[in-house]
Amino acid sequence: MGSSNYEPTSKAAKWFEERLPILGLIHGTLGAGYKAPRNLNYWWNFGSLAGFMLVVQIITGIVLVMHYTPHVDMAFRSVEHIMRDVNYGWLLRYTHANGASMFFVVVYIHILRGMYFGSYKSPREVLWFLGLVIYLLMMATGFMGYVLPWGQMSFWGATVITNLFGAFDFYNGMGESILHLLWGGFSVDNPTLQRFFSLHYLLPFVIVGVVILHIWALHLPGSNNPLGIDAKGPGDKIPFHPYYTAKDAFGLSFFIVILAIFIFYLPNIMGHPDNYIEANPMVTPPHIVPEWYYLPFYTILKAVPDKLLGVVAMFASILIFFVLPWLDGSKIRSAKFRPVTAFFFWLFIANAIFLGYLGTKLPDEIMIHIGGGLDALTLGRIGTILYFAYFIVIVPLVSRMESTKPVPTSIAQSVLDSRKEA
Amino acid sequence: MLKLVKNIGLMVIIALGGITMAQASGDSAYHLKKNDWPHAGPFGKFDKAALQRGLQVYKEVCAACHSLNMVAFRELTALGYSADEVKAFASEYEFADGVNDDGDVKYRKGLPQDYFPAPFASETEARDSNSGALPPDFSLLGKSREHLSMFTPWNSIYGEDYIVGILTTYHEEAPHGVVLAEGMHFNEAFPGNQIAMAPPISDDLVEYADGTPATMEQIAHDVATFMYWAAEPKMEVRKAMGLKVIIYMSILTILLYFVNKRVWKKVKKGDDLV
Ligand code: HEC
Ligand code: HEM
Repeated sequence: MGSSNYEPTSKAAKWFEERLPILGLIHGTLGAGYKAPRNLNYWWNFGSLAGFMLVVQIITGIVLVMHYTPHVDMAFRSVEHIMRDVNYGWLLRYTHANGASMFFVVVYIHILRGMYFGSYKSPREVLWFLGLVIYLLMMATGFMGYVLPWGQMSFWGATVITNLFGAFDFYNGMGESILHLLWGGFSVDNPTLQRFFSLHYLLPFVIVGVVILHIWALHLPGSNNPLGIDAKGPGDKIPFHPYYTAKDAFGLSFFIVILAIFIFYLPNIMGHPDNYIEANPMVTPPHIVPEWYYLPFYTILKAVPDKLLGVVAMFASILIFFVLPWLDGSKIRSAKFRPVTAFFFWLFIANAIFLGYLGTKLPDEIMIHIGGGLDALTLGRIGTILYFAYFIVIVPLVSRMESTKPVPTSIAQSVLDSRKEA
Repeated sequence: MLKLVKNIGLMVIIALGGITMAQASGDSAYHLKKNDWPHAGPFGKFDKAALQRGLQVYKEVCAACHSLNMVAFRELTALGYSADEVKAFASEYEFADGVNDDGDVKYRKGLPQDYFPAPFASETEARDSNSGALPPDFSLLGKSREHLSMFTPWNSIYGEDYIVGILTTYHEEAPHGVVLAEGMHFNEAFPGNQIAMAPPISDDLVEYADGTPATMEQIAHDVATFMYWAAEPKMEVRKAMGLKVIIYMSILTILLYFVNKRVWKKVKKGDDLV
């Protein structure tokens, strides 16, 4: 990571640094040794917030495990034991459950920030990939964690989602073999719960590893910035500490207030009530919905009439982010200077939110009363087409044809310009 | 910055527009009445007298069919009972306690650490006694029937309102055109409107220890309060701690705002560049 010209001030630190240069590593990564662009706005706070949430999930998770029992006969009851009997168990569990949701909120904003300001473009493609890998690992972790309390939605969500993998039935019995491997049996049952528990414990630490690579890849080119131009001269950059440590501390403190509102006053609003009913393989809930953070992709899955193609479309809707650096042919990174790009970006977000909303609906539910009525399935199909059109048509064309606004010559210059205006 | 606010505003309007258009469809024949609950809201506390009356209703009426598996007698101190009163309450129950030398089951009096005993030994027995239907456990019912909506809070259905709804919206006769299945009763609040439970409460079904007139509405209100407590017994501690955390963090946030402003003062204006 940041190789730095760290000079230990105390004798002890000097002694240690000569034997293991870790203080210099920290200094160069998160301290004064890392030089960041001077113009980062508050959207740049979400990286450190995501790191904070990862730590919160790991700490609360490890303590939850001390009281949780991964067995179909005891899991539900053990979570209630945590809620009722363990000292501050309700706090641990509500923090972990709402923490997962807020982790996704933060990461979604973090990703969209990268999209708006063109942070995925050269030379940051690998950094972008590593971020997407983290996101995929989070999806897997969140999904398996949601199975652990062994409520109705845990069980039926797991059943629906694992069954998707049965669509990969390319030669005789392959789909079934995949399912048996996932389940450890012939349906979602105790072996499934136990392997999900094991992986739910493991994956967050894999995420930690990828986060380290992510930060390593960040420190080679350095942070992008709202102008999307390279920070070159010394006037363009400032030391991470104290500037961004102060700003991140303020952002984190504010974020904790929001997180606390959910944990203490709305602890169940992001969950599903059916998960307070113990899993019962004999009773299918009328309406199986995944956690909110998967909903747009769930709608895309349902929008495609063929099962295999639906699953492919669902995975493609996430994997397509990997080729974004090449779909976007613009020489300019930031959408600040690309008004048409910016417009479609916001449309993309509105569409994604709408797809998420449709994910909670039954396909034949009439949503808009025009003519014979538009049902959720039809709207989901329109939204899905729009979603893919954004990547396959809009971004490639707009980025190459758009007439852009003039870009400042340097970050320092833009500061001086706004000084003149004021 | 202004542009950004405008863009976000536009996005929210588009998304909300889509959602409210879509919302127009969510109509059901019956609307669940919303009640005022003293324990609702950020400063809400349980009404202890209502909890005690609700416990009485549960014990005298509902416990004949519904279990309360996850609540122990010791927790009843939260309803305002003393440790001795809880001991006395527990000792009214009997629990199997191994076998004696002749191989017969021994019994002992209940203790505070015991849990409420279930009325039926198995699901089969419960169904057999209720013409095939299963009376659900009460431990989490207050939370498992709740439908909370973050963006359209007025569409939320709260667990307590749902329970009151179930208890008070029976029709003596099904509306015209509705054919009830064998042993079913018409109920406005229950999904599908056909419920296997016969109307469990009526005016003056119980005689309250504290002398409160036992109207049907009062009984429903009290037992719903009790059931919500059973589902979320740590609610009061949670809200009290939340208040402290939020006040503390808000002050810290304000302080850090000024720290940050001060640290950035020179750099923000570009004074270091001239
Ligand atoms: C004679 C037995 C019996 C008694 C006494 C009884 N219930 Fe029930 N209750 C049932 C059965 C059976 C069901 C299941 C109904 C169904 O699934 O159709 C049920 C279901 C319920 C439901 C759940 C509806 C749902 O969403 O699943 C509530 C709430 C309820 N009862 C409350 C009460 C309350 C409160 C009392 C005491 C005042 C009570 N019951 C007394 C038998 C009983
Ligand atoms: C990437 C970080 C993590 C995410 C996103 C995550 C997500 C989740 C989710 C969504 C649940 C279900 C919560 C509920 O509805 O009750 C859950 C449960 C659980 N998680 Fe995690 N988790 C993470 C890390 C961890 C770690 C590191 C551990 C253990 C070391 C852990 C242990 C548990 C346990 C024991 C449960 C079951 C208890 C419960 O349901 O509350 N988690 N997790």
